[in-house]
Amino acid sequence: MSGNSRFEAHRCPNGHLSYPGHPRCPECAEPQEETVDLSDLTATVITWTTSTATPPGVRQPNHIAIVEFDVDGESVRAIGQLTSDGVEIGDEVRPVYAEELRDPDAGIREKESQEWDGYRFEPVE
Amino acid sequence: MAGMDRVAVIGASMTQFGKRDAWIRELLAEAGQACLDDADVSPLDLEHLYVSNMASGEFEGQTGVPNALAHDLGALPAYTQRIDQTSSSGGAGIYAAWQSVASGASDLTLLVGGEKMTHKTTAESTDVIASLTHPVEYKHGLTLPSFAGLTARRYLHEYDAPRESLAKVAVKNHKNGVDNPHAQFRKEVDLETVMESPIVADPLRLYDFCPITDGSAALLFCPESKAKEYTDEYTVISGIGGATDTHVVHERDDPTVMGAAVESSELAYNMAERGPEDVDVAELHDMFTILEFLQSEAVGFFEQGEGWKAVEEGVTDRDGELPINTSGGLKSKGHPLGASGVAQAYELHQQLLGNAGERQVDAEVGLACNVGGFGNCVITTIMEQA
Repeated sequence: MSGNSRFEAHRCPNGHLSYPGHPRCPECAEPQEETVDLSDLTATVITWTTSTATPPGVRQPNHIAIVEFDVDGESVRAIGQLTSDGVEIGDEVRPVYAEELRDPDAGIREKESQEWDGYRFEPVE
Repeated sequence: MAGMDRVAVIGASMTQFGKRDAWIRELLAEAGQACLDDADVSPLDLEHLYVSNMASGEFEGQTGVPNALAHDLGALPAYTQRIDQTSSSGGAGIYAAWQSVASGASDLTLLVGGEKMTHKTTAESTDVIASLTHPVEYKHGLTLPSFAGLTARRYLHEYDAPRESLAKVAVKNHKNGVDNPHAQFRKEVDLETVMESPIVADPLRLYDFCPITDGSAALLFCPESKAKEYTDEYTVISGIGGATDTHVVHERDDPTVMGAAVESSELAYNMAERGPEDVDVAELHDMFTILEFLQSEAVGFFEQGEGWKAVEEGVTDRDGELPINTSGGLKSKGHPLGASGVAQAYELHQQLLGNAGERQVDAEVGLACNVGGFGNCVITTIMEQA
């Protein structure tokens, strides 16, 4: 599966947001019925790392960050690769689409079981 | 638990941890047999037999290991079950064994935890372990070490802790491991070596991580009311609790708080009618140095953001006020996934019985915290002298 990942937070009737979505809201267990597109928003870097010991099919080094979006006053976090090194906590980043984040044929996870495209985070100049 | 027949540990064993020629069936049988020998109990008397193991199918292509172990030990027709809770499988096995005895379903339960890993490359083992992650994590190449790097950076940033404080966890635990004959590494490391070792997940370096390990450990349980029929040397499980945090790590409100360790330790303390101030010795799941800080805070030994100071001040040294990881921890003892939680309890058992040799500290109450995933599942166990 590839080429159609949406970058969406999921919202329950009580206004809680999560990324990724779940059948039930992790905070209040209500069904999540709405989505919010995150791909055009910017986010703040909460923390980051550069992994040098990567598993099969993953780029090396692998720059990764946890980022936080503000959606109408409600925060929601996401994790993903960074487009480059040199990002710091508090920096602003924006999502950038990538067709394939790792080689789906190289790792232990069954290729057809999940998507392999998605969004990296790029520093906002 | 007042008035209830507690669950006793009447036998314990662990094998040499490290790179072993033995495969999973042989490793499990080695620890299981040694544990039965320790208690001088016949395998024919076993009623339940549990195996803690994360991934023998993925690592070795061998499934059905509890059945194999029962047959190999001569324990037929004991009821068998495998417990997989990733790297907290050992602690979860203790919980299952405790439940089997506390419920009255079994009067004699053997738990054996083990994993065979070293025949795989580091990258392959890392991928097997990373298979526990959510698809949105896995596709970005997230690994358990990378979660540790992300969390360590946030911790150092938030609490103004020096990078060296993490390195001092490695120095302390390696020093303890020198006196553990079963440890994978019995060699001290100095601060400079840790700080100059290669970056693995910035800001964490090679010596901030536990090794990949083969090994096994075992415990034998019965009701406390029957323990003296077997031995005068036994300990009791006075409290145990398990809890679960988010599968997706970034969905936690505060990445520096291990919520499942908070919850599971509260359950264990309540059952034991104890508090963190009563604990004399602890085994924490130092798969990564940062995890020792997070757990020492989550189980209530220190305030949030203060765990690093305790290490700096020597409070958690073997001769300190609250010795942590006298066994050498996962850091120097090694981390054969399914065995680790069982081996933590093995260390507490030896400490409480006064059988820990050079590692011996003065202890009547011990606590073990066994972590699955990156805090995804946590089991906290409190053990005491009988």
